[in-house]
Amino acid sequence: MTTKLALSSILCTTILGSAAYAADITVPSGDEIQKYVDQAQPGDTILVEPGVYKQSVYIDKPNITIRGLRDGDNWAVMDGELIRNDGIITSGHSSTIDGFFVKAYKGNGIMTQGANNFTISNNYVEGAFYGIFPQYGINGLITGNTVSGAEDAGVYVGMSDNVDVFENIAFGNVMGLEFENTRNGLMANNHVYGNSAGITLTLIPGLPVKDANNLVIRDNLIEDNNIENFAPASSIASQVPRGIGIGIVGPDKTTIENNEIKNNGTAGILVADQTLFGMSTDPKNDPYSDEAIIMANTFSGNGEDMTGILGDLIKQAGASGLDVVALGKGRGSCLANPDEVASLGTDRWETCDPSLSAAEMKTAMIPGGAEEPVYTAEQKGRLTYLAVCTGCHTYDSVLHGPSMQSIQALYKDNADGMIEYISEPVRKREDFPEMPPQAYLGEENLNAIADYILNELGG
Amino acid sequence: MRTKILALTLLGGIAFPAVSDAWQLSDSCPASHQKLADGTCELVTLYDFYASPDQHGGVQAELPELLSGRFTPQQIDLGRILFFDPILSAEKDMSCASCHQPERGLSDGRKRSLGATTGAARTELPRSTPSLWNVGFQPRFMWDGRAETLEEQALLPLFSEVEMGNTKEGVETALLDNPAYVQLFDDAFEAPPSVERVGTALAAFQASLVSFNSRYDRYAHGDASALSPQEVLGMNAFRGFVGRCSQCHIPPLFTDSELSVVGAPENDLGHADLGAGALNTDEPALLGAFKVPTLRNITRTAPYFHSGQFETLDEVVDFYNNDRGHMAPEGQDLKIHWHVHMTKGPQLSKEDMVNIVAFLSALEDETLMPTVPEKLPSGLTPVPGL
Repeated sequence: MTTKLALSSILCTTILGSAAYAADITVPSGDEIQKYVDQAQPGDTILVEPGVYKQSVYIDKPNITIRGLRDGDNWAVMDGELIRNDGIITSGHSSTIDGFFVKAYKGNGIMTQGANNFTISNNYVEGAFYGIFPQYGINGLITGNTVSGAEDAGVYVGMSDNVDVFENIAFGNVMGLEFENTRNGLMANNHVYGNSAGITLTLIPGLPVKDANNLVIRDNLIEDNNIENFAPASSIASQVPRGIGIGIVGPDKTTIENNEIKNNGTAGILVADQTLFGMSTDPKNDPYSDEAIIMANTFSGNGEDMTGILGDLIKQAGASGLDVVALGKGRGSCLANPDEVASLGTDRWETCDPSLSAAEMKTAMIPGGAEEPVYTAEQKGRLTYLAVCTGCHTYDSVLHGPSMQSIQALYKDNADGMIEYISEPVRKREDFPEMPPQAYLGEENLNAIADYILNELGG
Repeated sequence: MRTKILALTLLGGIAFPAVSDAWQLSDSCPASHQKLADGTCELVTLYDFYASPDQHGGVQAELPELLSGRFTPQQIDLGRILFFDPILSAEKDMSCASCHQPERGLSDGRKRSLGATTGAARTELPRSTPSLWNVGFQPRFMWDGRAETLEEQALLPLFSEVEMGNTKEGVETALLDNPAYVQLFDDAFEAPPSVERVGTALAAFQASLVSFNSRYDRYAHGDASALSPQEVLGMNAFRGFVGRCSQCHIPPLFTDSELSVVGAPENDLGHADLGAGALNTDEPALLGAFKVPTLRNITRTAPYFHSGQFETLDEVVDFYNNDRGHMAPEGQDLKIHWHVHMTKGPQLSKEDMVNIVAFLSALEDETLMPTVPEKLPSGLTPVPGL
């Protein structure tokens, strides 16, 4: 029986890694950052001196902080020169990426892939397809960044859970900030201006994550999002209507509260179905935006320069100057003080009860961090044996390697000798293929495996 | 004694033991599986030590849900025997392994599969044979996604006139007439042979075909030396947002199992396949959509794409970098996937392209390739030549 317990990842940042003392590692100005990343141990902080770094950085180990040191306007600049793919990509849990000026990459500026408990803070990202893009992460914080010039979203939280986006500045992007196929997110105190669309909450079909919900957009300043949509013609982003403050397309349980939303030419807030922009359908997606809560926002000057298909639709309805436009079949939505909000399509909406307020919500993150499965040493030894060793060894016969019985006899009362061998195997017998080194499993796991093989494993 | 001897047959490398009086099924779970209290086998991989959102992505990420369910060692072993036995075909001349050949990465090395014999030659089918690694995780099967479970899929080639050409009655009669199979089904299911149980056994066996111990996996679990410097560069281009390969070929499975429109060219016979669109005529977005294949062991299964349009992985990477959907036949109004349909022309460098191909070889792991039975209850040859 496998018993999976849950424990805070703060207590257990790496399952397979070995414990190490945290160190500060300084990268001299202009040196190759990757070299220092490769040498770093989980827990280390890599300090990058101001200077220009014409390179990309990839981090595949947990609990690494990489920080650009800044001296006034003198940043640690990651420069893609429009020839490199991406600026910084990390897959490691509990990564922090802080303080870089990232510019001129063809792909993304800063990306996390499957990294839980991430922090992306105080960076300035210019250009790129997405400026800051955490994907497949549980629990993260994006704060204090400035993003501009992204051909899609400046900050794009994709297929993630429990993410806070606080106090960022987004301008000159096709979309300023976006939650896409994300569950549990909070965007607060951001300044989002001069994009084609300010903030978008989307459910995109055909992705592995099939839902989006529980997203709160609160206390943001969202203004003048009217620039020409400059996304490549083939991309989904090219369908984003220009002149929208906030767009909700697909997600359920969204709250738009206490934002200042002004001078967005087509409409302040758009609530629509997934199908509106020609996206394909996905039988596993609910395409309707249900249970939107729109309350206590300040609107002014919206809908006074309507453009595009959406602008035409509004004009055909004989309306203009709209703060809220609801199209489609969503259910269970509400609007507070409907008499004070210029709206279209909200006839079926309820009036929001004040108790729905998210004003007291402090964070969408998980207290203590994302959970990870936790196993006892006995379980780790047995499970690792099953997962790795049984590919080549059986108990009592020869497969790709010798039988475990013969190995038990060889290392009887000598666990250390066995650990030494499996960490750095040397070819002992001509008739067997060389065993791959297993040192990466880490000291704790290797001890557990040796204990399991020598003391537990039977026929 | 029974347990240990028969475990060998499943764990590989060893000939099926000579059992004079009766056929017996393994009582042990395949490698990388543990036997649970209910008697079924549960897959164990190092990815179990991680946590990620419901789905997947990233390097140290949890595997998505195993959709196949769990099976007993006896059901898995019976599935293995059936998989290789031409008794399931009408003419007793094809087994599952005729196309899913162990020595060819569980595929057949052909542009398009060979089916039933009509006249002097075997029929060439319109599509290629997909590999079977890690199929237990997949929510849909066949290039056009027309089957939703392994059980459902397993019966399609059995009953296809251009493939194994059999019928429910044909399959059941052949198995019921064979005393060894009657006994083996009783051991596995406590019930006589039926097509449903054939489907279950084949599903059980195919779900045991797992590959999660490649050099890439060792890298993912923390062994930085498991990949060469060139492979690391290739991996970085693979997951970067210019190449975007990993957006659909998502690790650790290296597929998202979705239906995707990539705008492949017509095949060398001039045929343009509508894929899932042919089954869903009211859904224009599925026109030209095919299931995203896993890239695990992809080096073993050339040629590539649903009809062998590309001979090598270099050609495939070149297609995605240079043409990305723009080789679709004239007049096909396809909704090309947004990660594919780029309008800016080639964006990856020549080095990136070469490095990506190098990286793909790090996804090779066939250590759990099943053993071909030396003898079958039917007395037929396990993998008949085509």
